[in-house]
Amino acid sequence: MSGLTVGDELFTRTFTLDRALLVRYAGASGDFNPIHWNERVAREVGLDGVIAHGMATMGLAATAVAEWAGDPGAVVDYGVRFTRPIVVPDPGEVELEVSGKIGAVDAEAGTVRVDLTARAAGVTVLAKAQAVVRTR
Amino acid sequence: MNDSPGRPTSVNLTLVGRSYAPTETYRVSAVKIAEMAAATGASHPAHTDPAAARELGYDDVVAPPTFAVVVAQRAEQAYIADPESGIDFSRVVHAEERFTHHRPIVAGDLLRTTVHVDSITERAGIAMVSTRAEIADDGGAPVATVRSTLAVRGEGR
Repeated sequence: MSGLTVGDELFTRTFTLDRALLVRYAGASGDFNPIHWNERVAREVGLDGVIAHGMATMGLAATAVAEWAGDPGAVVDYGVRFTRPIVVPDPGEVELEVSGKIGAVDAEAGTVRVDLTARAAGVTVLAKAQAVVRTR
Repeated sequence: MNDSPGRPTSVNLTLVGRSYAPTETYRVSAVKIAEMAAATGASHPAHTDPAAARELGYDDVVAPPTFAVVVAQRAEQAYIADPESGIDFSRVVHAEERFTHHRPIVAGDLLRTTVHVDSITERAGIAMVSTRAEIADDGGAPVATVRSTLAVRGEGR
């Protein structure tokens, strides 16, 4: 992975979110907040419908980084801000598009910072999404 | 709606600086790693095949990059579910999350987590509550630091 420079576009990856994925994420993570699977509860608290766990979105974006890196353990630091919830309809699905580019290179530490863009239904859902990846 | 922008939330501001000692030893299982990988679209064989993980230098299957949230959120309950915190979970939105991995998490790890309430700021009827979960192995060596910020809406927001 030598020769990477700031601004290099690394990948664009699309994930499909549906209610089944949210139920799967709830079970895997232990986050059973009903706003992620129960339409009635989601609307009662003022949402436009069932929304994805922010952490599911963050996890999917992490997968795009890890696949590019080739080693899931190479992601040494990873942070995001959640800007907009992703409403996941039923029936239906939503596409999440994740792109990464090089934001910084630290040759001494042997790491690069990957700056991520994550959009669903044309809306940016993560801000300040940055992953520091070990390259050696 | 009688909404005053400066109205305080129910969140207890006096708990900043408090720490919550580990309440359990969390044993990382290969099954939970595989479940989290599947739930985040991760198909790398090192999540499910110990031989593939060993090729990358790990002792057993390796966790996906956000796996530590499972461990951190269990530990954060000691604070969030404590009535003294004043946090009404039905009014909570996740605002920020950050993982710092001191080493990758692998199946078989025994993890103990201490939760710190780092800051609580209140503005325009919303409290921003920042916690830090320090995850260590059973020998006390640091494994991961998980920083989380929740936005808690006050009444009328």
